[in-house]
Amino acid sequence: MHRIVVEPLDVESAVREVGGAGMGGIAVFLGVVREFNAGRGVVAVEYHAYPAMAEKVMSRIGEALRQDFPGIRVAMLHRIGRLAVGETSLVVAIGAPHRREAFAALRLAVDRIKQSVPVWKKEFYSDGSEWLEPPATGDEASAGDRELPP
Amino acid sequence: MRVRVLLFARLRELSGREIVELDLEPGATVGDAWSRLCELVPSLAVFPHPPLAARNLEYAAPGEPVGEGDEIAFLPPVSGG
Repeated sequence: MHRIVVEPLDVESAVREVGGAGMGGIAVFLGVVREFNAGRGVVAVEYHAYPAMAEKVMSRIGEALRQDFPGIRVAMLHRIGRLAVGETSLVVAIGAPHRREAFAALRLAVDRIKQSVPVWKKEFYSDGSEWLEPPATGDEASAGDRELPP
Repeated sequence: MRVRVLLFARLRELSGREIVELDLEPGATVGDAWSRLCELVPSLAVFPHPPLAARNLEYAAPGEPVGEGDEIAFLPPVSGG
């Protein structure tokens, strides 16, 4: 399951997709629209994608993880269109025989999706909008998002 | 040869175009397609040369040759997730 969708994400369906008799652990990540970015109040975001390529890249990411972590199952759903604060933009679920692989594969999956899937986020503030540019280096959680130069 | 170029996000906004059909000489590369695109759509010339590109749904370097009927895409830095 590697899909770009426009409707609200069905987290349960991703969890069901990666479950199974051999799975001892299912790890799930939800990417959620935040209210603040670099001190500006976000009123909404829009995600835009190159859907055919995005699904292909997500599928490849899943394939590579299944090679490196034998026995896992992977599901990825990315929502596009206009989303409000608090809505979920991304679901990644990994089922694995043991929790160590589930956690490890989940982290890699999310990092690789954010690095290479052709999807773009535009943030809307009360006084304008900006396309996001990802940080050049380092941990995104600490660097945060940066705006494109005008 | 004719190729179809897709533009996304900020490139789409800057140019006002989603799709541009280009005629290129045999032997042209992805980088040549960007140059030709900037001739046709001058507003794109402000963007770094050339942006991240894809050819038939695969990331492609500027030196990669293009073929008749290819779908080329020029992609700003991705920010999904």
